[in-house]
Amino acid sequence: MTNADFQILLPEIVLAVFAMAALLFAVYTGKDKTAPMLTWITAAILAALAVWIGWNGEGTNAAFGGMFVDDAFSRFAKVVILIAAAAVLVMGEGYMAKRNLLRFEYPLLIALAAVGMMVMVSAGDLIALYMGLELQSLSLYVVAALRRDSVKSTEAGLKYFVLGALSSGLLLYGASLTYGFAGTTMFTGIVEAAAHDIPLGLLFGLVFILMGLAFKVSAVPFHMWTPDVYEGSPTPVTAFFATAPKMAAMGLFARVVHDAFGGVTADWGQIVALLSVASMFLGAVAAIGQRDIKRLMAYSSIAHMGFALMGLASGTEFGVQAMLIYMAIYVTMNVGTFAFILSMQRDGQAVTDIGALNQYSKTEPLKALAVLVLMFSLAGVPPMVGFFGKFYVLQAAVQADMAWLAVAGVIASVIGAFYYLRIVYFMYFGEETDPLDHAMAPAQWVFLMASAAIMVLGVVNLLGIEGPATAAAAALVN
Amino acid sequence: MEITILFAPLVGAIICGFGWKLIGEDAATWVSTGLLFLAMLLAWVVFLGFDGETRQIPIMRFVESGSLSTEWAIRLDRLTAIMLIVVTTVSALVHLYSQGYMANDSQFRTGESYRPRFFAYLSFFTFAMLALVTSDNLVQMFFGWEGVGVASYLLIGFYYRKPTANAAAIKAFVVNRIGDFGFALAIFGLFYLTDSISLDVVFEAAPVLAETQISFLWADWNAANLLAFLLFVGAMGKSAQLFLHTWLPDAMEGPTPVSALIHAATMVTAGVFLVCRMSPLFEFAADAKTIVVYIGAMTAFFAATVGLVQNDIKRVIAYSTCSQLGYMFVAAGVGVYSAAMFHLFTHAFFKAMLFLGAGSVIHAMHHEQDMRNYGALRKKIPLTFWAMMIGTLAITGVGIPLTTIGFAGFLSKDAIIESAWGAHTSAGDFAFWLLVIAAMFTSFYSWRLIFMTFFGERRGDKHTHEHAHESPWTMTVPLGVLAVGSVLAGMVWLSPFFGDHDRVNKFYGVPTHGEVRHAATTGGQGDTVMIGASDSHDDEGDNAAAGDHEGDPAVAGWTPGQGAVFTHPDNHVMDNAHQAPKWVKLSPFIAMAIGFVTAWVFYIGLPGIPGKLAAILRPLYLFLLNKWYFDELYDAIFVRPAKWLGRFLWKRGDGNIIDGFLNGVALGVVPFFTRAAGRLQSGYIFTYALAMVVGVVILVTWVTLAGGSH
Repeated sequence: MTNADFQILLPEIVLAVFAMAALLFAVYTGKDKTAPMLTWITAAILAALAVWIGWNGEGTNAAFGGMFVDDAFSRFAKVVILIAAAAVLVMGEGYMAKRNLLRFEYPLLIALAAVGMMVMVSAGDLIALYMGLELQSLSLYVVAALRRDSVKSTEAGLKYFVLGALSSGLLLYGASLTYGFAGTTMFTGIVEAAAHDIPLGLLFGLVFILMGLAFKVSAVPFHMWTPDVYEGSPTPVTAFFATAPKMAAMGLFARVVHDAFGGVTADWGQIVALLSVASMFLGAVAAIGQRDIKRLMAYSSIAHMGFALMGLASGTEFGVQAMLIYMAIYVTMNVGTFAFILSMQRDGQAVTDIGALNQYSKTEPLKALAVLVLMFSLAGVPPMVGFFGKFYVLQAAVQADMAWLAVAGVIASVIGAFYYLRIVYFMYFGEETDPLDHAMAPAQWVFLMASAAIMVLGVVNLLGIEGPATAAAAALVN
Repeated sequence: MEITILFAPLVGAIICGFGWKLIGEDAATWVSTGLLFLAMLLAWVVFLGFDGETRQIPIMRFVESGSLSTEWAIRLDRLTAIMLIVVTTVSALVHLYSQGYMANDSQFRTGESYRPRFFAYLSFFTFAMLALVTSDNLVQMFFGWEGVGVASYLLIGFYYRKPTANAAAIKAFVVNRIGDFGFALAIFGLFYLTDSISLDVVFEAAPVLAETQISFLWADWNAANLLAFLLFVGAMGKSAQLFLHTWLPDAMEGPTPVSALIHAATMVTAGVFLVCRMSPLFEFAADAKTIVVYIGAMTAFFAATVGLVQNDIKRVIAYSTCSQLGYMFVAAGVGVYSAAMFHLFTHAFFKAMLFLGAGSVIHAMHHEQDMRNYGALRKKIPLTFWAMMIGTLAITGVGIPLTTIGFAGFLSKDAIIESAWGAHTSAGDFAFWLLVIAAMFTSFYSWRLIFMTFFGERRGDKHTHEHAHESPWTMTVPLGVLAVGSVLAGMVWLSPFFGDHDRVNKFYGVPTHGEVRHAATTGGQGDTVMIGASDSHDDEGDNAAAGDHEGDPAVAGWTPGQGAVFTHPDNHVMDNAHQAPKWVKLSPFIAMAIGFVTAWVFYIGLPGIPGKLAAILRPLYLFLLNKWYFDELYDAIFVRPAKWLGRFLWKRGDGNIIDGFLNGVALGVVPFFTRAAGRLQSGYIFTYALAMVVGVVILVTWVTLAGGSH
């Protein structure tokens, strides 16, 4: 408990203190009237922290005896998380305000969730891991049910909470098994205990921990909550679910398998590969039946998590790098896509049926083009950036002698292309229907266009993301 | 100047093809014509002022890849210079002629714009042809080779509303593809063995190639023979030699100026040019040369026999072209490349004129092409008649025997026939007799054409005959120019092409003995490979002199690549030809006379004979009329099986298996799983929890069984 430890933890502390102070402030002042202001301030602080961490961080620093690790990997993940959270806050503000959902707790819960996520990706110990995870999860349970008077929203929150509790149970069970067999909760200790020959108990611990984490990344068969929660939550919350927590969970996943079980890559590699294949296929196949774009995006995110897990399954440094690049691209695409979904309204009412997009290109050629780019990118059509994300993870799988996994991924992405292209088809060749509203909040417009532009322009050198991703992977795998 | 010659047609094509909307149709077509005349003028300047020294004029870097490094350069030597004037002259005249011929084409609707397209294609073709003949390396040559192929395809199918024209265009392209494949293989082989595609390097390596073995398909071959043969396959395709000739007669579906330019004077001679250009390689490939002689002789004979019975005026000339190309290959095959080039040169004049004359006749007769509907046109179109007359005199080889006075064809064709005899090989003797017989047939069908068209009774539609009219000046002027060439080209250029040895060597820039010795002293030919120097019996003095230079003795003509054509020191065919006995020199003339008399008897004296003869020898007549049934044979052997295979793969392979599989997966399997996934997503929390628990069970079991063992 030295000053140096707190120095390392400073961004998390700043954010946590801010959240608590703001809570007090709002309670004693205007309550919900302060919400718009708080939203903007929170977003600004998140963005500022992202810049701070991205700019200032250097080297690998461990705090509290290794329980908290600040390295290139955690910084990469934190920057993505913070930017995504800030973006979601900004673009959802108008939507929430309009539907009288903009409570002052909303930005603060997001901020607290961000703190949890930052702890997750920095965890160097099972206790720290669980602390971060639960801080994030509890915040998310609440925001999922933010629309208290809506049955769907409360149902979503409740489902998420119950299943999340189940998964937490699994995770904790695994953690206690691990502790029992390794004799320590520190990752550095576990990795020694599981250096080469792994005791069966430790293996069970590993499997249960992975299953707890699989729930968070919504990998099949722990994905069942995703479509219901995505559909039931207010759309800005859905956008948040689809972006920052996914990055955090993937980061934690990578941290656990490499830092704590780095010696037995073959053992967890096959589990991850299995989760990956199941996720890719289920995400691709099940989304075909969806007409609700939020549910569709839920399955889309399941499939994408499958691809990200493919990078991880390879068990190599390059695999982690591929996963990080994939996640960064995925988050960027989803921010743009949800910015568009937030703007889908007809006569002021939010619409989520994809049939509403019929002939969209006639009325809104530019926005339709941007969505087209995003859909192509999500489907992985070259030369959009989304293709390169897939290309990296496939390459990682092939290099790790998992060609079958790469082949499965390609087949799944072919199937998955159907529902992305169907949206494009509706927009350009669909039948005439009542057009959607023209209006779009400026923030949403900016995020939609920026995201689409990145998908095209990023072809040049992936906007320089490769360097940090390489450094991050090198810091994690050694 | 050379660069201007090369690019003027390209500029013309671009201006005409893309700019005609800006400057108007007439201006565009005249610009391309004008640029061609400019190129022609410069080409003649280059030809007449050329000293025979090989020069390279670099244009730009072309390909840099690994050990492959080439420049795009113009190789200017005598061969190129000859081809330059042939190509630009004929092309310029054809451009001019087309101004008249294409003015009102009934194939296109009124107001439809087709002329700029036509002229752009013509100019583009000319550019590609010039790129071919000026090439300094094989890839560049292949570029031109394919460029003329494309242009030919576009021009044959110019009347795109005519199904037959489209079919002919495709046929020309596909048949040429077979030849091009051979050419491409030869280029690959040469690059593989010499690590270069530069002509200079390949030529120098020719003696080494003659002693190299190469594995190809199932056997080992002599590299020089194999590569020369493959090159010849390419030449066969372009020059419509036997077995790959079927496209040429069909190509007459294109407008007549196209036939004159591409299918008589320029593109089809590219094969002959290729063999002459690669003469250093062919000189070391005796077997390949023998094949060239046989194929050439058989083509000359075959095409002449088919030409005897054709009724379409353009097809007669097309077979005549095919036959004459066979002559050129015989000359090249026996090693007298100079004679081949000579005939190529003179043939370009009179054959272009015959085609343009035929075009004029067709123009006058309102696009009637069947000679049976002509007759007595002498008075109606006198200028055309005289032009065709001169062309016929030239192609049949009229001249004063045993002198050097005669029409162009007389000198060049006799040179080839004498060369065939002078080869003193069985192939040469075979070729000699076939060529003499072919000369007789040539005379017969050429005069038959004249008699049927311009003499005798009027046949066919009376109305058409009454409206027959002489063509405009744009069409008759080119005829006149070509007529001059047909008369004089042979006499003027006989001695450089087929004179005594030293004269020919000087013409082609082959170093004389003194120069080579000098070059050897300065080490210029230090790396030249010597083969059988001691066998050389005609250059005793040189051998002695060369022996002084420690192992790098270069003998006159021993260095492949020196000069435009190369003849092996053991190759005395041309000298033998000059010393041929009188009966050999007289034989083509006699054959020609027999052909003329027969034709006169058949079509003027006793016009009833041909019909009766055809009735008596009906099987033979049908055999010839159906072109030896080559098309039917190919249809049965290649076309129909290919179509069957295509249909099979399409219906069964693609339709049933691939589409069936994909449709089955896309419409059956995937939706099934989609519905299943939808049912699983019940909305009940216990279902979800159950799924998770099942997942736990599966994973734990799997890990225990698979991963926990170690």
